[in-house]
Amino acid sequence: MSKELIRLRNLVMEFDGERILDDINLYFNDHEFLTLLGPSGCGKTTTLRIIGGFLTPTAGDVLFDGARINDVPPYKRQINTVFQRYALFPHLDVYENIAFGLRISKLPKDEIDRRVMEMLEVVSLKGYENRKITSLSGGQQQRVAIARALVNRPKVLLLDEPLGALDLRLRKDMQNELKRIQQAMGITFIYVTHDQEEALAMSDTIVVMDKGRIQQIGTPEDIYNEPKNAFVADFIGESNILDGIMLEDFRVKFFGRVFTCVDKGFKTNEPVDVVIRPEDIDIVAPEQGHLTGTVTSVTFKGLNYDIIVDFKGFKWLIQTTDFHPVDATIGIRLNPEDIHVMKKSEYSGMFGDYSSYSAEYDELTEDADDEEE
Amino acid sequence: MKRLNKVYTILIFLFLYLPMVVLIVASFNTGKDITDFEGFTLSRYSELFHDRTLLPLLMNSLKVALISSIIATVMGTAAAIGIRKMSPKIRSFVLGVTNIPMTNPDIVTGVSLSLLFTFLGVLLRIEEVLTFWTLLIAHVTFNLPYVILNIMPKLNQMDPALQEAAMDLGCTPMKAFFKVTIHEIMPGIISGAIMAFTMSLDDFVISYFVYGPSFITLPVEIYNYTKKPLQPKIYALFTLLFVLIFVMMVLMNIFQARGEKRKTDQRGRGTI
Repeated sequence: MSKELIRLRNLVMEFDGERILDDINLYFNDHEFLTLLGPSGCGKTTTLRIIGGFLTPTAGDVLFDGARINDVPPYKRQINTVFQRYALFPHLDVYENIAFGLRISKLPKDEIDRRVMEMLEVVSLKGYENRKITSLSGGQQQRVAIARALVNRPKVLLLDEPLGALDLRLRKDMQNELKRIQQAMGITFIYVTHDQEEALAMSDTIVVMDKGRIQQIGTPEDIYNEPKNAFVADFIGESNILDGIMLEDFRVKFFGRVFTCVDKGFKTNEPVDVVIRPEDIDIVAPEQGHLTGTVTSVTFKGLNYDIIVDFKGFKWLIQTTDFHPVDATIGIRLNPEDIHVMKKSEYSGMFGDYSSYSAEYDELTEDADDEEE
Repeated sequence: MKRLNKVYTILIFLFLYLPMVVLIVASFNTGKDITDFEGFTLSRYSELFHDRTLLPLLMNSLKVALISSIIATVMGTAAAIGIRKMSPKIRSFVLGVTNIPMTNPDIVTGVSLSLLFTFLGVLLRIEEVLTFWTLLIAHVTFNLPYVILNIMPKLNQMDPALQEAAMDLGCTPMKAFFKVTIHEIMPGIISGAIMAFTMSLDDFVISYFVYGPSFITLPVEIYNYTKKPLQPKIYALFTLLFVLIFVMMVLMNIFQARGEKRKTDQRGRGTI
């Protein structure tokens, strides 16, 4: 891995006595695409604003290339930001918006011209230089905002939920575009989002945050396959989380049955959380199953069916491509690698039960997230 | 019902503008008195423009109005920005305090300013304390709240990220203000300045208490005129003043409407 560029050391942030960030320790490597992922109010935007220089932490240090920059104002940092709602200057046209930073640093005219034109090409907006900002679509404004930041050749680009205001298709296109730009320019991207799919698709490293604390740091695969606690398991993708007991290495007991698993390193008979991803579960005939349950609801999702299955009063979400009607009795089989065992945490028992599951409910909470921050 | 609405509207306008109409008609009347109409003439206006005392006084009024509105605009803009940065509790308190000169009866403001100036004059042993400068200070004082009041809403509407974006791109806070913020709040600054200008041009009560013999404004002098029988050329002067203020008010409304329109345009596009 390449060298370390930014480090946050014992970072604490308080507003009016309320703790927003609680002892954050984190480093960012050069050329890395790192995503801060978490629900509204988890502290991800606050972390970003501290790195950008718009907030001064209550305690702890921000190090840039080894030097402490807590008190360095934003205009002296080699960091640029793409703001949540772009914050383009309405009184300037596309060209002047992008040229803004270069004009402030008083570069020669022909160099400004060269770099702005180059940047317009990078963000595929050639020919738009004289357009008014207000005449651009959301996606185009987004590109101008990225160009305006990148034209200054910062070492780090901060992006604060930059795709939040775009519709789904445009968001997918821009995800690819952002990844392409990041690789082409070789710049560190620090990306803030509450959208787990976005984080998984783009990042080299994901930092999952909640309640002002880092819950897990890892590659997208790590985070998805080996969540550290019930919060991460629930926030990234769908998870059935059950109470279990780790009898010994590779043997876990839940629902009164002992399963073979691939996890080890727990104490004998330690209570644990067991995660089973809905797409990993194999449905078989009732008599062949490790467990038998009754289907209570079926939702068609296009790629698959989401079915809710009642196992002795505990409801699981299972994703399957085969249709199973409501009230059907089915059996399931779990392979050792389908079972993931986690240590108990403050989040145990809060997530992973689909008793009150409804597809609409999920969408509602997502919309509410967009309103905040 | 609709007809009633119309009649009512017409009545209101009559009530508001009839006095002005009488004045304007009188300014073109050849008769000695308002009551006898004899014919149309522009001679009142030529008399006015040849008057050696009234015109310099008008220039005085314009001078005070211009200088005081410029000072008030600069101070008010700075004040509005400072007030915006305060915590909400202190902000509403400070806004209340800055609004007092506006809500205070003019006569109270006038008398208290006059007392203050006289007191300072005695303290600093200045012979003739009431001059152009006291008048200017008084005008800036009562103009300030109007400027602040016009700029505050523009600041509130502005996306705070714009200022941050400018700083992110290398501007010091001061530079960010001149490169970005000022463009965003310009409609408020202009309408504030115009309002301050007209308030100052128009003021009689406060000026009456703080003017000195060395510098007299038009409204004060006209008040002295009214003690004698009114000369018809004064009607011409009033008409000109009315037209001037009217034009400025229309301009101010246009500026405000434009500012609003620009804002809604942005909003409309932003939600894509």
